[in-house]
Amino acid sequence: MSRGIRVERRLGNPRWVAFVVPLVALIVAAIITAVVLLASGHQPLDVYRQIYQAGFTQNGALSRTFVYATPLLFTGLAAAVAFRMKVWNIGGEGQLYAGAIGAAGVGLALHSLPGPLVIVAMVIGGALAGAAWAAIPGLLRAYLRTNEILTSLMLNYVAGLLLYYLIYDSASYWRDMTSASAKVFPTAKSIDASAYWPQLSFGASMVVPMGFLLGILVALGIWTVTRTSPTGFAMSVIGESPGAATYAGMRTNRTIAGVMLASGAFAGIGGASQVGDFGHTLDPRGLQQAGYGYTGIVVAALGRYNPLAVVVVSFLIGALTNAGFALQGPDFPAGLVGVIEGIILFSVLAGEALSRYRVVWRRSERTVDTAPGTPAGELVAP
Amino acid sequence: MNAVNASLAVTLITSAIMFGTPLLLAGLGELLAERSGVLNLGVEGMMLAGAVTAFWAVQAMPGPAWLALIVAVLLAAAAGAAMALIHAFLSVTLRANQIVSGLALTIFAGAAGLSSYLGVVWGLAGKPAAHQMSNIDMGALSDLPVVGPILFHQDPMVYASWVLVIAVAWYLYRTRPGLNLRSVGESPAAADAMGIPVTGYRYAHTVVGGALAGVGGSYFTLVLSNQWTDGLTAGAGWIAIALVIFAFWRPGYLLIGAYFFGLLSGLGFDLQARGVAWPSEFFSALPYVMTVIALVIMSTGWARRQLGTPAALGTPYAREEGG
Repeated sequence: MSRGIRVERRLGNPRWVAFVVPLVALIVAAIITAVVLLASGHQPLDVYRQIYQAGFTQNGALSRTFVYATPLLFTGLAAAVAFRMKVWNIGGEGQLYAGAIGAAGVGLALHSLPGPLVIVAMVIGGALAGAAWAAIPGLLRAYLRTNEILTSLMLNYVAGLLLYYLIYDSASYWRDMTSASAKVFPTAKSIDASAYWPQLSFGASMVVPMGFLLGILVALGIWTVTRTSPTGFAMSVIGESPGAATYAGMRTNRTIAGVMLASGAFAGIGGASQVGDFGHTLDPRGLQQAGYGYTGIVVAALGRYNPLAVVVVSFLIGALTNAGFALQGPDFPAGLVGVIEGIILFSVLAGEALSRYRVVWRRSERTVDTAPGTPAGELVAP
Repeated sequence: MNAVNASLAVTLITSAIMFGTPLLLAGLGELLAERSGVLNLGVEGMMLAGAVTAFWAVQAMPGPAWLALIVAVLLAAAAGAAMALIHAFLSVTLRANQIVSGLALTIFAGAAGLSSYLGVVWGLAGKPAAHQMSNIDMGALSDLPVVGPILFHQDPMVYASWVLVIAVAWYLYRTRPGLNLRSVGESPAAADAMGIPVTGYRYAHTVVGGALAGVGGSYFTLVLSNQWTDGLTAGAGWIAIALVIFAFWRPGYLLIGAYFFGLLSGLGFDLQARGVAWPSEFFSALPYVMTVIALVIMSTGWARRQLGTPAALGTPYAREEGG
């Protein structure tokens, strides 16, 4: 065979790919976004500097970034556990709403109990409500083979409408009906101040909400379970090859349903944190403003579905989301954040695809074939 | 207008056609892409890209209304096709995961992405539409009882969608390229061995599918709404994807399904106009809940036996790996 550059299929998946792919993807995304910005008459470097300042360096920027990073951490984990197994739960948005409804309900019902007890109950209530909402697509997928992509997505719209119904269109338990003005201008009941979730404060400029710390614990838990337990092993086998998993006697259906429930529970805790950490009421507009469920997919993909990486990435994308809200205006159209997230996701996908191949410079056939650690791959056209 | 044509039944059917038309157009596009083996979950994003482009075009185009409307539809098609090209490149050429790539497309172009961005850049918020597409009045024919308003008093895009259903059905089942397309979707390796350009077919049908989604989106800004708001398709793209499944990947069934879901979308308006006082959220949720129920029915054994899922749907094809 002649000398020259060849592109061939990579057999293993080297460790550096895990870091290089997201990093290169971010750089490529920045370049492509710059082209979009230039085309619409904006100055890319200017916009990037503003994002950086609003996301990280301005007074109070880090605290605000944590406000957006916290729900994204939970929806990111929700997407990561499911997508890793090729269970396509894109219902994180609706499961987050369900979690907020559950946690607010529990928080309101238990208002006379001591605060810490209520907080624990709210976390559990949010997780259960999120899991229950995810159970619909999860059980249908596991036992009837119903396409979970479409069912979980449709339920996002239903959950969003349910939020509006509870606060704006009914005399529900979540709505404040005590005063005359509240009957005319719908407002939601607030949970008792003793049940506000605590914060970890590093001076005025950096306040870390309890939800984010809880999210780190959940991420560590997921990492441990997927790495060390038989369930984690079954999950990875089912993700790679459902047929082989069934042949090996694994409970495929039960694991799929379980992963969907867990995924919903994580998004549900994200919803609970929206009530406990930030809003302290069931706020339909606030919950829907940022599309946390959908952005969670970007977070999970950029973290390559690794729960620990999701923690870091949620902070980065949280900063971008924060900047988006802080800078919104004619110079910084609201849709720009979605454009950047979409381009990041495209770049990650392209990077993943390209990292399956490698470019080899061959001087001659023999030197490559006998080199240790480089098994000859198949010849692949670029 | 006579009494029959103002009755609830006729009103419901005409509104079913009105709300079903964007679903039908986008569904036909997705059907073509899926027949080639490419699952494109970016329909919602492509529809919104088309919707915003069409709205901008009618504002920006000087000259007579009919010309501006034609240009708007064509530009919407181009916008949808451009979006689909990204998905085709990622999923066909790079063989990336089609599900994530489609989701990425919806995030990129969707309600909080490029369509919203362009709405701001083009300054469309709060502006009334410069031109709207109106129904064609065929005189005495349009006044016929029942069939008049349903068959002879529609807008041009409704008639175009009927022609397209017949054209796509004819293309799929009566032409050589249609046969090739079906074989690419069923067994790309066999199609490749017969000399059919698999990559070319997949690119072409994904891009045409995107163009139809863009046109479907333009129906929202040219007919259904007279202003631009972020995310005004409200999940129609996702319902269109579900419709392709309900339709067993057949254009004729797609027409029936689209009008059924159009009926559900219009039901709230029609009944509330007649004094039915259920919460509006109930009617708004109906199409989404019915989609879930229909998907469940589709996954029962009875429906599974007659399913027409293209065997290679969602799987990339690489010649050296035997597909």
